Amino acid sequence: MSDAAEVPQATDGRAPDVMRVGGWIPMRQYADTEAVDFVIVGTGAGGGTLACKLAEHGFSVAALDAGPYWRPLEDFASDERHQAKLDWTDERIVDGDNPLVLGANNSGKAVGGSTVHFAMVSLRFRPEWFKARSQLGYGADWPIDWREMWRYYREVEQALKISGPVTYPWGPKRPAYPYRPHEMNAAALVLARGAEALGIKWIPTPLATVSAPRGLAHPCVYRGMCVIGCATNAKQSVLVTWLPRALAAGAEIRDLAMVGRIEHDDAGRVTGVHYHRDGAWRFQRARNVVVAGYAIETPRLLLSSASNLFPDGLANASGLVGKNLMVQSNQAVWGVMDEEIRCYKGPPSLSITEHWNYEDKGKDFFGGYCYMSQGVLPVTWAGIQAGARGLWGQALIDEMTRYNHQVGLKMVGECLPQERNQVTLTEETDQYGLRIPRVTYAYCDNDKRMIRHALGFMRQNLVAGGGKEIFEETDDTCHMNGTARMGDSPRDSVVSADCRSWDIPNLWICDGSIFPTVGGVNPSLTIQAIACRTADRIKAMAGRGEL
Amino acid sequence: MTDRFPGYDVLGKRHTPSWNDKTREVIDQRLAMRADAHRAFTDTQWLTLNALCERIVPQPADRAPAPLAAMIDEKVFEDRTDGYRDGRLPPLGEAWRRGLAGLDAEARTRHGRPFHDLSSAEQDGLLGAVQKGLADHPAWGDMPARLFFEKRAVHDIVAAYYAHPKAWNEIGFGGPAAPRGYVRLQADRRDPWEASEARPGRADQARRENARVGRS
Repeated sequence: MSDAAEVPQATDGRAPDVMRVGGWIPMRQYADTEAVDFVIVGTGAGGGTLACKLAEHGFSVAALDAGPYWRPLEDFASDERHQAKLDWTDERIVDGDNPLVLGANNSGKAVGGSTVHFAMVSLRFRPEWFKARSQLGYGADWPIDWREMWRYYREVEQALKISGPVTYPWGPKRPAYPYRPHEMNAAALVLARGAEALGIKWIPTPLATVSAPRGLAHPCVYRGMCVIGCATNAKQSVLVTWLPRALAAGAEIRDLAMVGRIEHDDAGRVTGVHYHRDGAWRFQRARNVVVAGYAIETPRLLLSSASNLFPDGLANASGLVGKNLMVQSNQAVWGVMDEEIRCYKGPPSLSITEHWNYEDKGKDFFGGYCYMSQGVLPVTWAGIQAGARGLWGQALIDEMTRYNHQVGLKMVGECLPQERNQVTLTEETDQYGLRIPRVTYAYCDNDKRMIRHALGFMRQNLVAGGGKEIFEETDDTCHMNGTARMGDSPRDSVVSADCRSWDIPNLWICDGSIFPTVGGVNPSLTIQAIACRTADRIKAMAGRGEL
Repeated sequence: MTDRFPGYDVLGKRHTPSWNDKTREVIDQRLAMRADAHRAFTDTQWLTLNALCERIVPQPADRAPAPLAAMIDEKVFEDRTDGYRDGRLPPLGEAWRRGLAGLDAEARTRHGRPFHDLSSAEQDGLLGAVQKGLADHPAWGDMPARLFFEKRAVHDIVAAYYAHPKAWNEIGFGGPAAPRGYVRLQADRRDPWEASEARPGRADQARRENARVGRS
């Protein structure tokens, strides 16, 4: 494995230039003893975006990530097994009625976070979801108005040069996407054909991979390995978008820097973070700490930082840190076609319908879901055949030879917040000596009704599109949110609308864990929009002397 | 079973623009793995593991097999965890060692012989019983045998096999693709550097096309 996995790369006043083989770009650095305005834990969709925006607003920023600083052009192989190096594969215990599968599709351990291997699906929330409790009767309200989010969605779509359809058939009017939609592959056209037969709308999926040249990146070459890391830099990950901007604006990024504990003073204000890098524990002083480790590592760090003053962990007066973990249900229907589909070509989800996110009639459940066409690489596909169908031996070998004919539709469904679904700490410790998290999950009855509805409807769509020999994959999940929810009051939330801890005014949380509800779309665009908003709010508060 | 992609060899593309340097390095290492190397398991466990791999993923007799047991051994030796562990299972290495011991004990109890000495049919029968939750020898300890079978044994062995170029040939997967990706995205269209399928009556054509994938 490359040195980047073992040796910090962003040192000596320079950081890897992700756009050039062997390249470097200058990087400002801060001493551990120098209190930076913001130390940010995590450089994914939340932390990486916020690091950029805060640095551009003139704050001093040090952003720490536990993972390596890769240069995709030289470090990424076209190989599922090798590219597992992008996943957070440290031990976590899973339990509950529906133990989650973690690692590959819902975590990342790299500078840029899981956006380095995300599927690039970039969708806005349905406006009513920001007031799900008061307008739709379930979950919880966000303390933010959708019109404000609409402006920040626009900012992120522009920053990532999202390629999308000319018109969007659901929800309020939105501006044109910066880049044209991608060509539809055969798998995407199966969804389209079936949707048209059923009389519902579909679109080419809005994606964060460029359909025209941008800077040094050429357009997407349809190699289809997006979820194991884009080796051509067409993908607009945090690694190649926000972070180069952050560096240019004076932020420092520290790779292979695992934060183990947040420190505070006797007055209860945080003072910096203890982090492990280059074989030693260090302490970075900071005026503000932002936790952006995603829905497992964020509560893990807050709980691990318990002290005499805060015996239940930091920012946890509400008792809600770690609670209300929400996944999105990711069930699928699969079939075979007479034609060769070769779904390994192109981004994995080139077409989508949000019909059941916006249509409430005929539902026996709260919430919504979208579903998308699917491309699956061989190891993942074999895992589905072995897992969902229990195939092994010659039966598996024979079935796998139909790989080029397989076709499928996969949902991203809105699971409801429940306090019993949570992240806690075990007594086992990891390689840093930190307590390993336990992730407990069970679907509620509403989740199960939604999944039944989706599987039934997706089956109709797949059959109408020409799929045969349909089978269901009933247990997959994706994305994780909600373990430090935002809200209007300290009683029932962890942070305010500004992602600021109610309990500790210079402690902030900015990632998917602040979601009160998850909606039926992939969360990365919303996480980045929230980060942009948070940076603007911090700038405004600083201007008023309210930090 | 007939060869669906006659003459297709994804390694023929090794020197084309479909493979970047990093991919060549990674796949070269995989192809260089010794089939008999084992560091994580005892000789007895190793025999059981090899027999198990042959039943979970039977490989054709007319080519050297992908070294699945060695790939499992490497994963366990290097403790390459997946990022999650079902709370009912012990850690990776312990699960594997206890699972192999369980299979062997189960075989000796039922057939009076170690697992690797059973016939293929006997092995399949025993594995089927484990999959159905019908294995309860004390050697499994508190680890549910069915869970070991599904979440550990089949999971790891199948993942190892379909990460090997020999498996990619068998299923007609295009294989590594960077910096060159694909151009023809429509149904029933292949780029000249993709596998050609032997549809009825066109096996010879497929063989000719597959011979050219490395020259495109």
